[in-house]
Amino acid sequence: MTLATLVPLQSVALALVALGAPAVVFSRDPLKMIVVNGLYGLSLVLLFVIYGAPDVGLSMLVVGTVAYPLVVLVAIARVRAREGDEEDDEE
Amino acid sequence: MSFLPYAVAAWVCLVGLYGIVTSRNLIHLALCLTVMQSSTYLLLLAIGYVKGGGPPIYKGVKLGTTSVDPVVQALTLTDIVVSVTVIALILALALDVHKRAGTVDPDEIKEMSG
Amino acid sequence: MSRRVRIGIFLPALAGLGALLVWSYTGLPSFGDYQGPYGFIVNRIATPLRHMDNAVNATTYDIRGFDTLGEEFILFAAVIGVVLLLRDRGERDADEIEDDTGSDLIRVCGTLAIGAAVLVGLWLVAFGFVTPGGGFQGGVAVASGALLLYLVAGHREWSAFGNETLLDPIKGIGGGGYAVIGLAALVGGLAYLTNFFPGGVTGTVWSGGSAAFVNWAAGIEVAAALVILFAEFLQAYIVPIARSS
Repeated sequence: MTLATLVPLQSVALALVALGAPAVVFSRDPLKMIVVNGLYGLSLVLLFVIYGAPDVGLSMLVVGTVAYPLVVLVAIARVRAREGDEEDDEE
Repeated sequence: MSFLPYAVAAWVCLVGLYGIVTSRNLIHLALCLTVMQSSTYLLLLAIGYVKGGGPPIYKGVKLGTTSVDPVVQALTLTDIVVSVTVIALILALALDVHKRAGTVDPDEIKEMSG
Repeated sequence: MSRRVRIGIFLPALAGLGALLVWSYTGLPSFGDYQGPYGFIVNRIATPLRHMDNAVNATTYDIRGFDTLGEEFILFAAVIGVVLLLRDRGERDADEIEDDTGSDLIRVCGTLAIGAAVLVGLWLVAFGFVTPGGGFQGGVAVASGALLLYLVAGHREWSAFGNETLLDPIKGIGGGGYAVIGLAALVGGLAYLTNFFPGGVTGTVWSGGSAAFVNWAAGIEVAAALVILFAEFLQAYIVPIARSS
């Protein structure tokens, strides 16, 4: 990759990251938040690879694809299951 | 142009902090914390970047190629994996709060009694 | 104080913090203009002196191995915290639920994917000093193979694998092994965690010397820690469903 192609690529990747962060923060529904967080993680991987850091990109990729969705999904499911139980108890 | 990466790192940090303070859900708060952590990774990698440098992997690369700084990458990659467990700990705390207080909204948690 | 008052106080403080951050970042050298000597030195010596092609992992496990020891213990402590918090979540009577996937196609493809994930993870750990990869990434990939086992085979097969009596010693071996390998260097009269036989053949699995052992210790610990984490979270998820069904 020559310098002439690298600078626009970096700007595009930085713009994607800068748009992805408010998208994660302003999505209030928890399930939607997981998907948006996954996409934000992918944009970070793209930026890390463009910065010449393949180790960091690999790390973020495996973590953001496997570990984060699992722990957040289980937490959300647990909260919803218990709220469903409480509604059943009140009826 | 040369300030853009630092500006994006500061922007992401501020957005994450805003999300933490105005959050209505403890799980959403944990994800905003990950956004703030990612701003530190952006800053570290932006500091270590060398113009025209390639990745610091030298298999099959001829002598004298410029490469970016490997030390900040070493710090960042261990931190990414460790932050997963810390976020899992925070989510376990959130589940515990939900068990005791019945809600995950930080504004509605009453003070501890007894 | 109410939420509106809190946000009203917070927003000017946020603006002040933002101004401070931007002002301090302008003091940094401009982007791409890296000046510090440390990075250049590591790049110059990683291959000739340490016989490692991957300068990042040479830094992580060999030149700055002490920082990685600290990170490992953060991992260890956080997983202990999760286990303690989620421990009293109920009885182990969840063996009666039938929740494996009924579809044969998913089971076949999933089993192949488990094998692929574990192999890729082990390859990433073994070739950590040659190509991008290393203990941390490979450990997470192996743990993802274990998670696929739960998704494909259901709770019964998973509970045979994901119990703490099997995994806790493995995690202890990983974390403790890292510290003990450092002690082995002390025995030889060198400083703690010195690479005491550097100079393998560059570009092969045998490069790295004793840093390869700490690489494997880190990979084992990360994999075991993440599988324990998954097991605890899934336990917290499964048991109420079993109780209510």
